[in-house]
Amino acid sequence: MRFWLVAALLAVALLVVPRVGNTYLFDAILTPFLALSLAGVGLNLLTGYAGQISVGSAAFMAIGAFAAYNFNLRVPHLPLLASFALAGLTAAAVGIVFGLPSLRLKGFYLLVSTLAAQYFVQWALTNFHWFANDDPSGVITAPQLAVAGIDFSSSAGRYVLSLAVVATLTFVALRLVHSQTGRNWMAVRDKDLAAAVIGVPIFRSKLLAFAISSFYCGVAGVLWAFAYLRTVESDGFTLDLSFRILFIIIIGGLASVRGAFFGAAFIVVLPLLLSRIGASFFGTTDSGIAELVEMILIGVLIIAFLIAEPAGLVSLWDRGRRRLARLLSFVPAPQS
Amino acid sequence: MFSSSYKGRLMPVLLASAALALGGAIALPSFAAPDRGQEYFPLQSYRVGPYAAGGTGFFGGFIDYMNLINMRDGGVNGVKLTWNECETEYEVERGVECYERMKTQGNPGPAAMNPLSVGIAYALLDRSTSDKIPLITINHGRTDTTDGAVFPYIFPLLLNPWSEASAMVNYVAQRDGGLDKLRGRKIVVLYHGSPYGRETIPIFALLSQKYGFEVTEIEVPHPGNQQQSQWLQIQRIAPEFVILRGWGVMNPVALKTAQQVGFPADHIIGNIWSNSEEDVRPAGAAAVGYIALTDHPSGTEFPVVQEIIKTVYGANKGNLDDKSRIGSGYHTLGIINGILNVEALRIAQQHFGDKALSGEQVQWGFDHLDLDDKRIAELGATGLLPPIHVTCADHEGAGAVKFQQWDGQRWVTKTGWIQADRKLLRPLIEASANKYAAEHHITPRNCAKTS
Repeated sequence: MRFWLVAALLAVALLVVPRVGNTYLFDAILTPFLALSLAGVGLNLLTGYAGQISVGSAAFMAIGAFAAYNFNLRVPHLPLLASFALAGLTAAAVGIVFGLPSLRLKGFYLLVSTLAAQYFVQWALTNFHWFANDDPSGVITAPQLAVAGIDFSSSAGRYVLSLAVVATLTFVALRLVHSQTGRNWMAVRDKDLAAAVIGVPIFRSKLLAFAISSFYCGVAGVLWAFAYLRTVESDGFTLDLSFRILFIIIIGGLASVRGAFFGAAFIVVLPLLLSRIGASFFGTTDSGIAELVEMILIGVLIIAFLIAEPAGLVSLWDRGRRRLARLLSFVPAPQS
Repeated sequence: MFSSSYKGRLMPVLLASAALALGGAIALPSFAAPDRGQEYFPLQSYRVGPYAAGGTGFFGGFIDYMNLINMRDGGVNGVKLTWNECETEYEVERGVECYERMKTQGNPGPAAMNPLSVGIAYALLDRSTSDKIPLITINHGRTDTTDGAVFPYIFPLLLNPWSEASAMVNYVAQRDGGLDKLRGRKIVVLYHGSPYGRETIPIFALLSQKYGFEVTEIEVPHPGNQQQSQWLQIQRIAPEFVILRGWGVMNPVALKTAQQVGFPADHIIGNIWSNSEEDVRPAGAAAVGYIALTDHPSGTEFPVVQEIIKTVYGANKGNLDDKSRIGSGYHTLGIINGILNVEALRIAQQHFGDKALSGEQVQWGFDHLDLDDKRIAELGATGLLPPIHVTCADHEGAGAVKFQQWDGQRWVTKTGWIQADRKLLRPLIEASANKYAAEHHITPRNCAKTS
């Protein structure tokens, strides 16, 4: 039942949407939504499942983007998807290094050490011009997006490419959290001492969480840079973006792969919706006022929402679905 | 739906108004100007956030000028100008969303995009080229987009960053009595930690080699409200001049910190984004004597600014809330940007006819934008902008600047137009553009062929 629902959703997203959507839908909403969702999934593996809080997600996205750019540039005839994977692995390797403090540090102290990752990566990418192929302004531009001879450079193509990558990696993530690795992560999160006593390898679990999470963020960074913005600078991957990804998983629901998608939708779509409503209300009087009203509204919504539903959008969704199922009593209520 | 009585009441009214309209149309045919459509200018503006001072001034000036054209001339050859705003907060993602939202509006589509943000402009490079909408990056942007053969839709009008660097070095030389006097001098470049700030690093290195001066380039991390260590380093180097390539809050902080370490303000030379009233006023006395380059002098004495005050602000349609900002640096830059956009449209209309034009057609106008002293005088902008002659190959078109000094109250212009060494820069621009073309599989258009 559930499998078929997801399959139907994917089929619509992959086959119908590219035909009916316009470039605004792809370039301004769906592609950034997919990239941020993937980053959210990555951070959720680390923070939601393994309990290691991090504010360095944007740094790993930057590593992914710059790594993919350099692999494409310097390795001739490298398939695009292989460069995505290599970029993810590069981010994972750096992630392990910055995950080392987690063996000694917890909570806020760990947060500060991931902050170091955020600053260090940005510093390194701007100070060593080699990373941006000696571009005087330090920006990188996306290569041609072609997989096996098929060109994905159009807006719809970028969306389809992102969707395929995100869907595949999300599937892997779903399998992962239900595997022994996922259970180890949750054991570490809930009580690391107890986990150690029953024989969960703490050291390995934490580093693996950092590596896999960074891999996801790295690939998300490639999508952000190549499929969405197309030209990026390292300054585009700021602490601000890291915080947005953290908000995505908090709002969407910690320890839930689906939650990242809900949260990303909230963070990407809601401001646009509000600004459009604002534009039709305030007209062309003053875009500054409309903007400030919009910020206030988003802030209020987030606070109100977290008070009413601290477990995130995903639990709101599940409750709504259960209630709906009870109303349409012929569908058995899902157990969760 | 309507009851019969309602219909009965409605019908006479309808008939009467139809008769009136018909009668009006017959009796007063000269009243209705021929409808030539509307030219649409999407504005990716920023009125909130850290750079709001620049955004409100620039977009205020742009809107004021378009209002002037509509109110005084009834549009451009009968084509009214329209616009709407989309707030970007100077953020790239917001800018991209605004671009995608606005590019499908207007009939027949937008005339040109003017985001006034290096980051947003970078993200729009290939979008605007494939959508055939001119992207105007006045006084900023990516230097190699000057090569119109590779970047037909990108226009870093008036002054690109490399020309700016060269003109500043030429000014220092002129002050000392010639380029040969530069040998052995020490110059420090203090730049904003962003692509905009870093854009000129190789050019200062090149110029220092060519003229034999010693250059040290020091980065100030964004946003630049802490500069103690940088200025202590400058104190140790003891240069003759400091070139300030700042933006926003970095500028007043630089001036104040310079005063603290005892570096004289009249040996600091600000660049094109360090030259507004908003940059010096917060520094107070520390800014007196500070010199900055400009190609958009501030002041209300220019006839075009006077007309805006009279016609637009007189009718209470002005865009700036604070009237004292009329004629400030950002505001005049917005007016100049308005002039360039409107004149490009006018030139394109000569080619395609007096009607609303698509972005692709307006691109032809920018490609052939040519304003000589006579035309600039007709526009009431003598001294406000230098003559500009854009060609297929050269999308900058000018490259001349003036230098002005802050006396504590206002900017005093100290020089005439000083030229950049564009001959020296051109091969570098072409090399960089060709590298971009090769990386992106672009075949440059043949500028010898296009008329």
